[in-house]
Amino acid sequence: MSPLDAGTVSSGFERFPTMDILLQQIINGLTTGSVYAVVALGYTMVYGVIQLINFAHGEVVMIGAMVAFSVITSLAGSGLPPLAIVLAGVMAAVPACMLMGYLLERVAYRPLRHAPRLAPLITAIGMSIILQHLALLVWGRNPLAFPQIIDNQVFGIGGAAISSVQIAIILMSLAMMAGLSWFVYRTRFGIAIRATAENVHIAGLMGVNANRVIAATFVIGAGLGAVAGVMYGSYYGIAHYTMGFSLGLKAFSAAVLGGIGNIAGAMLGGILLGLVEALGTGYVGEFTDLCHWPVAHGWLSERCADGGNFVLFGSNYQDVFAFLMLILVLVFRPSGLLGERVSERA
Amino acid sequence: MSPREKFGLALIAVALIALPFVLAAAGTAWVRIANFAVLFVLLSLGLNIVVGYAGLLDLGYVAFYAVGAYVYALLASPHFGLHLPFWIILPIGAAVACVAGVILGAPTLRLRGDYLAIVTLGFGEIVRIFMNNLSSPVNLTNGPKGINRIDSFQLGPLNFSASDTLAGLIFSGPIKYYYFLLLVLLAVIVINRRLQDSRIGRAWVAIREDEVAAKASGINTRNVKLLAFAMGASFGGIAGGMFAAIQGFVSPESFILNESIMVLSMVVLGGMGNIWGVIAGAVLLSFVPELLRYTVEPAQMALFGKLLVDPEVLRMLVFGLALVLTMRFRPAGLWPETRHRRELSEGRT
Repeated sequence: MSPLDAGTVSSGFERFPTMDILLQQIINGLTTGSVYAVVALGYTMVYGVIQLINFAHGEVVMIGAMVAFSVITSLAGSGLPPLAIVLAGVMAAVPACMLMGYLLERVAYRPLRHAPRLAPLITAIGMSIILQHLALLVWGRNPLAFPQIIDNQVFGIGGAAISSVQIAIILMSLAMMAGLSWFVYRTRFGIAIRATAENVHIAGLMGVNANRVIAATFVIGAGLGAVAGVMYGSYYGIAHYTMGFSLGLKAFSAAVLGGIGNIAGAMLGGILLGLVEALGTGYVGEFTDLCHWPVAHGWLSERCADGGNFVLFGSNYQDVFAFLMLILVLVFRPSGLLGERVSERA
Repeated sequence: MSPREKFGLALIAVALIALPFVLAAAGTAWVRIANFAVLFVLLSLGLNIVVGYAGLLDLGYVAFYAVGAYVYALLASPHFGLHLPFWIILPIGAAVACVAGVILGAPTLRLRGDYLAIVTLGFGEIVRIFMNNLSSPVNLTNGPKGINRIDSFQLGPLNFSASDTLAGLIFSGPIKYYYFLLLVLLAVIVINRRLQDSRIGRAWVAIREDEVAAKASGINTRNVKLLAFAMGASFGGIAGGMFAAIQGFVSPESFILNESIMVLSMVVLGGMGNIWGVIAGAVLLSFVPELLRYTVEPAQMALFGKLLVDPEVLRMLVFGLALVLTMRFRPAGLWPETRHRRELSEGRT
């Protein structure tokens, strides 16, 4: 059972869910949301600088989780303190992913910088197919399980439960977001990144090495993604060679939701997406059960008798809420929540 | 058309007509592969209208394929006990897909570029998730199990699932479908050619090049964009219906995002906007993975004497590499449209 199911209402018979369940869904949503946010940062930084989707970012995140899991598994019996083992896993994953991000930029994006817009999308799709199947070759078809080395303590707050892994994920994500904001807004290299995002040519005239900046955004995004991959994997307890796909998709949606190219937007979008997903999953079955509605009569009331239900949309529609919210936001704010209004141009 | 072009065209026609019998000699599986290649050509031509002509990046195109396939499956299978003939269902499927195209198109008209891409992607996923879950509370789609025992085409005494012998040639089911698909393809190519040079086709290109200027020139950009979505979707719907009949079975598994990406790769790799390039891309990407499937295993056995790498994995690795290398050396596609190439490289700074 995934941790997300912990607070899901199963009976479907309280008309109004209680506060503790609400709180539980918010905690779960914050946890997955902050992972989405960190992965989304990778998309948004690359997009901000070169206006292209890094389609293979999800695979980089997956590789990060796989590398970390391998290291953690091989160290699990060594008798080192659990925290040191996890740290070693992360320390192995981050440079591996950074290298991957760099290679990705060199192979799939740099040679095509002046090519038609869709060409790098195809090379990135090609790279993501390659990375996924390399992972399949190395780690096999079966999911890797996270070794039970951490004593996952559960704390109660207001009737809901929060585990130490959840606390760690939320705190780590916040720290990474703060670190990235500091880097982008307070350092010299951060200024170079923002200048390049504003206008590559003018930044070049001011002495910014655009190639270095662009490569750096890929590398930084990949490094953040590696940590996110480890967090995601340890939260759900498994890592799998296909995990990058859906995680990448959610994170990309989060980036677009917040306004792609905008760092604060990616954070907001990620957390919002996580919350909507958790709350939607937890409540939609309840609200769309026609047996709770005053329309129940005739054959419907027969079906509703003795604890039956007529749920229109259950929690298996989880991904629909995420995309539906995305579509709704974009319809009313076509550039995302925090995105700038860009003028239309050819 | 010069005599030389006429001769070339005749040669291609003869080759296409003879193809299934040549393939049948290598095994019926290859005729099926050819059928799927033609289906993918149809899909690519449909997507080419949206992406290639109108410049609207659609990452959820497979949704329309799915709609067409499910319409066919529901109206011609024991699932609801309905068994309508195919020449009624295919237009219905096209119409329903067309409506789906408008439903997707209408709210997303204001979006541009990558925002449109993600919304269409989400739309494709939503359609798939609904098909996966609409087995309760009322069983509409039979959920992940899918719908099977779908009727094959039946035209009078001609049954597309049985073999017939005519003039000493064996016309197996897949071969009949092949000729039917070829006819549909011919019609779609003619429609596409006519569209391209029509007022609408030029309006699409104008929008792709500069939407503001197109509007200023008196083009009703809203209707013209919607038309692109609707037309592309209808082609997808027809292809989906034929897919359901050929396959005899549909399930949400067949309509995952990877399929949309595959079709988009075909369009872009071939050279978007150019019908012949798109066809070449679709044929290439349909056949290359299959060829690899049959060659990587013997090749490894010959080279190393044992299987080092799972052929399926190696096949995908080579496929990925082929995508990267082709784009690396021909960024505008294998067979680009000249006008398109210039326009696309200017949109970026």
